[in-house]
Amino acid sequence: MSDPQAVTTAESAVGRDKPRSLAGDAWRDLRRNKIFWVAAVLVTVFVVMAIVPAVFGAGDPRDCALSRQHDGPSGNAFFGYDFQGCDVYAKAVYGARNSILVGLLSTLLAGTIGLIMGLTAGYFGGWVDAVLSRGIDVVLGLPFLLAAIVLARRLSSDPSNNGFWAVIVTLGFLGWTTAARVMRSSVIASKNQDYVAAARMLGSGPARLMMKHILPNSTAAFIVVLTILLGTNIATEATLTFLGVGLKGDAISWGIMINEAGPNVRTAAEPLVWPSVFLALTVLAFIMLGDAVRDAFDPKLR
Amino acid sequence: MFRYLIRRLLQMVLTFFGATFIVYALMFANQTDPIQALAGERPITDSQRLALTERYHLDEPFLGQYWHYMKGLLTGDFGISLTNRKISEMMADAWPVTIRLALIAIVIVAIVAIVAGVISGIRRGGTFDNVTLVLTLVVLSMPIVVLAPLARLVFGIQLGWFPPTATRDAGFYELLLPALVLGSLVVATELRVTRSAVAENLRSDYVRTARAKGLTRQRVVGVHVLRNSLIPVVTLIGVDLGNLMSGAIVTEGVFNIPGVGFNLFRAIKTEDGPLVVGFVSVLVIVFLMVNLLVDLLYAALDPRIRYE
Repeated sequence: MSDPQAVTTAESAVGRDKPRSLAGDAWRDLRRNKIFWVAAVLVTVFVVMAIVPAVFGAGDPRDCALSRQHDGPSGNAFFGYDFQGCDVYAKAVYGARNSILVGLLSTLLAGTIGLIMGLTAGYFGGWVDAVLSRGIDVVLGLPFLLAAIVLARRLSSDPSNNGFWAVIVTLGFLGWTTAARVMRSSVIASKNQDYVAAARMLGSGPARLMMKHILPNSTAAFIVVLTILLGTNIATEATLTFLGVGLKGDAISWGIMINEAGPNVRTAAEPLVWPSVFLALTVLAFIMLGDAVRDAFDPKLR
Repeated sequence: MFRYLIRRLLQMVLTFFGATFIVYALMFANQTDPIQALAGERPITDSQRLALTERYHLDEPFLGQYWHYMKGLLTGDFGISLTNRKISEMMADAWPVTIRLALIAIVIVAIVAIVAGVISGIRRGGTFDNVTLVLTLVVLSMPIVVLAPLARLVFGIQLGWFPPTATRDAGFYELLLPALVLGSLVVATELRVTRSAVAENLRSDYVRTARAKGLTRQRVVGVHVLRNSLIPVVTLIGVDLGNLMSGAIVTEGVFNIPGVGFNLFRAIKTEDGPLVVGFVSVLVIVFLMVNLLVDLLYAALDPRIRYE
């Protein structure tokens, strides 16, 4: 009372010694990880690019004129013009939206399926687990890109759409297996803990047990898997688009740009190089982020 | 061992039917006009329509169609492309160059992954280890659609070190650049697995025993540690094969190598549905077979697996 200063120091000393939560510990680790910061900055840049492309000072990506075909870089178009006479920089910037949107939505879909499958299989065990696990085996037994080609081709056979939802559904329905396995094993690990038994004795039903008690302790690994999946989904979307079964028509996409620039690469390299760089950096950013977060949550793996 | 074998074979049968059924169902089930879907957006004549209906037994119920498809697959009849070529013949033409490409890629990957993996496993936390870890992360996240066209542009066209395209009878040198691109898809995971296996085995009891016996460091690492560290790498072969297949589609397409991947690449571009289904089905079967073999090999190499 007489010395408020001493009280505050004592409090902060207590604050320092307070045991940190798992998340707090992980955050402390992350803050010191250079790779995490590089990834975080890159992710922020590309997410901003996807939301408000206008702030990057790019022109209109659909303003194309054949008279400017393969013109070199200039003050108007930093990366020059492509075969159609479109501004390569503008197209690359506006391409971020489709890539990240497809990545996010397909990961969300894969995550939801994986969550439900993994949670059900892990919680109920027995024959439910056996059936669901064999289902996972069958989907994992398919070579990913080959199955994706067939599925995306099938879904986008209607020429009126530009393939946006077809790609999302394809990536979602084929990509949930790892997430489901991770979920299943962490549910099995935590369902026999004492606090779950205590909650069950207190009368919690399966739904409440899963949502309130088991799920929160299984999220860390799950989120890491999804972050990395987000990166690989963006890469796969570009690959499918490049092959001609992903985004189509008038969609602005890095995969389409890379595909169209291919045949003319001897006359103009910029239209190939820049979308490739943007795509590689985006994928790298999400995978690095996932990697850094995993290291922080599970130091054993290092 | 016997029980493991039986269980694994039963699992294989299930996966085999499940996977082929999914591929087939995706292609044909629930479509208002499956024939038009096969031909994509191309116009289709009445006689073609009739021929396709007959070939795919589209006038029969779905399970009947699937039965005919499976019978074809198991007897080596993979169908006919829209351009009226036998798919089995096209495959026979395409396999040699693809196999050469894959072999070069696998040899390069094995050398790089094992040498670098052992070094960084021994010197964990050192400069070499840290640099490799960052490099593998970068390689791991490099999409093939970025790597293949860029490698062709830089090393094939601008620097001119390698030929930018390859023929059917391409030799080692022509296939080297595409093989490097293809190999980069799998090298990172193999390196990481080798590294962690080496690091783990170095701490094991048998290594301490070997050291205590007075064996040289070279012999301990080269014989005792390496042999046991390569067991988990073997399991990766199955997973890698899937990656190599997907990679081959883009790589062969970009470098114009007339292999299996290139045929599939072109089939997608020209909207040749039967060709896509035929090639994908065969690749799926190859993938499943190799994975079965890898699992059996794994059980033979590591006796601990059998008793699980």
